[in-house]
Amino acid sequence: MIQLKWLPRGIVLGLLIFAIFGPLANLALWAFAEQWYYPHKLPLTYGFRFWHQVFKPRGDAIESLYTSVTIALFTVAACLAIALPAGYALARLRLPFRAVIMLAFLLPQAFPSLAVYINIARLFYGMGMNGTITGVVLVHTVHGLVFAVWITTAAFAAIDRDLELAARSVGASALRAFMNVTLPLAAPGIMASAVFVFLESLDEFTGTFFVGVPDVITLPLLMFTASIAGNYQIAAITALILLVPSIAFMLFVERFLKADVMAKVGA
Amino acid sequence: MPGAALEVAGLEVAYGSVPVLRGIDLRVDSGSFVALLGASGCGKTTLLRAISGFVQVNAGRVLANGRDITHQPPDKRGMAMVFQSYALWPHMTTAQNIGYGLKLRGQSRDAIAKRVNEILAMLKLQGLGERMVTQLSGGQRQRVALGRALAINPDILLLDEPLSNLDARIREEVRHEIKALQQKLGITAIHVTHDREEAMVMADRIVVMDAGNIAQQGAPEDVYNRPVSAFVAGFMGAGNAIRLEARPSGNGLRIAAGPDNSAADVTKPALGPGIDASYAGPVIAHFRSEAAILSAASDAPDGALVLRGRIAQASYPGGHYRYGVSVGDLNVIVDSGQRLNVGAAVGVRLPVEALHLFPADGRANQQSFKQAS
Repeated sequence: MIQLKWLPRGIVLGLLIFAIFGPLANLALWAFAEQWYYPHKLPLTYGFRFWHQVFKPRGDAIESLYTSVTIALFTVAACLAIALPAGYALARLRLPFRAVIMLAFLLPQAFPSLAVYINIARLFYGMGMNGTITGVVLVHTVHGLVFAVWITTAAFAAIDRDLELAARSVGASALRAFMNVTLPLAAPGIMASAVFVFLESLDEFTGTFFVGVPDVITLPLLMFTASIAGNYQIAAITALILLVPSIAFMLFVERFLKADVMAKVGA
Repeated sequence: MPGAALEVAGLEVAYGSVPVLRGIDLRVDSGSFVALLGASGCGKTTLLRAISGFVQVNAGRVLANGRDITHQPPDKRGMAMVFQSYALWPHMTTAQNIGYGLKLRGQSRDAIAKRVNEILAMLKLQGLGERMVTQLSGGQRQRVALGRALAINPDILLLDEPLSNLDARIREEVRHEIKALQQKLGITAIHVTHDREEAMVMADRIVVMDAGNIAQQGAPEDVYNRPVSAFVAGFMGAGNAIRLEARPSGNGLRIAAGPDNSAADVTKPALGPGIDASYAGPVIAHFRSEAAILSAASDAPDGALVLRGRIAQASYPGGHYRYGVSVGDLNVIVDSGQRLNVGAAVGVRLPVEALHLFPADGRANQQSFKQAS
């Protein structure tokens, strides 16, 4: 008799694959479709015409990519500048209300983002920060801080305190011990939080929309404009560009981040 | 008399509102090996960490070579610590771990390499310099941790239970190695341990700690043979305790005959430091299981204290038999070469020198002993 035990499992797995890769396949089709209209199930002609359009020198996409990456790098720098000392303090010192402090970083995410960003936009108007890179970096930093602080706290907490004390005991000052022992050991976790903040900034839409438009156009905003205007090819290609760093990050986390660090995130 | 490498005076440490050290006075002679011995939670590790500067001190002073270092940071104390977890830096090689302290002192690359090789040779770690410490065995890691501390020629070497993560067999070996090394280098060492035998074997001086206080300090033989309190007697292996009645008589105490014991005279010097010759009242007598001799129940006391009981339990741990003897409603453990049956009536002969007597009304002593056992 033929064994059919694998069948339900196979069906579930197949549906899952379809749910994940279906939209991606659609994205890939649109990225290379030169002509595709109803009622045709598949594109009529394929080609790189829209890729040329997107990547042409001084095109919107290249400029947006440049803007996006600039904002993301500044956001990472700002987040780490706060998260490194904050994470170390939260991991090492016996702070009162430690849990409350940890949760406070989550607050920006706790309220409906539209309401929050409309009000931030109003405030920034008053200060002349609307439409500036600084304004967008600030919004992204507040958004990314929760990941940065939580992950760096976990990274520092995973390092045995005796490792630092051992450095102190053979003559290292507190700063030397931190630079020579704690920081190198926490580096994978700090890298992960940096990459995470970078990706969050790269993908961020709502805040950028309210604070940056029309002067600051990032890739997600470009994608939005393109798809509203019916330029699905441009939108699809932009989406694919945005996909590359995310996948790279997944591989990084899988390769470098130890389970004991991930287990301490948010703890 | 050699000078004091370290002096601790009136040291108090508390974690929050919980006192951990309650006024410690300690003097460590230059070149000596001192063991801080006690059960977990007695404050021995906290004392070591207060000496090394890792723990905030609430009151008291720490002096190193006469210099007040109470408020000096750990890196300015001229001490080096070997940690229980070894605390080796996993992102560095063996040589980098050992040479780190020298690098901090701004020594040249060649000087560091020379000293690291010396240390590797001294600890029999030749050829492992370029190995990552994560690839070393437990015993090797322990040596690297020791080498890292010794490389900087510290005034005082602090050892925080450095042997407790080793296999029993390697541990015995490393005990002697560390002791030999310490003597060869003439370095002052302070060693924290909960292992009585380890402390006895390694140290010149033993400091027994209990509940944040020093219960007794002295040479190993002294602490072992002349415990000043029931706690120390129990901790140093005299785990059997019986209750007796005593009154002054001549040059010592006379123990009255009871329902389960004969009378005996304990005179100086057999009378230890734990009790006064003028004491009258109930006493607790501690004795070691190997100091007691089993005899027939009817044998004459002959100057010794004889307890009458029955064998309740027998086992053979190797070399001799170990019996649980019930005396009245108490149980004592006695070692003997004789093979005896469970249920046999026996006399437990205790030579008066084997008895450690303490006033029984000192309730605190009793309690602290129970906690430790």
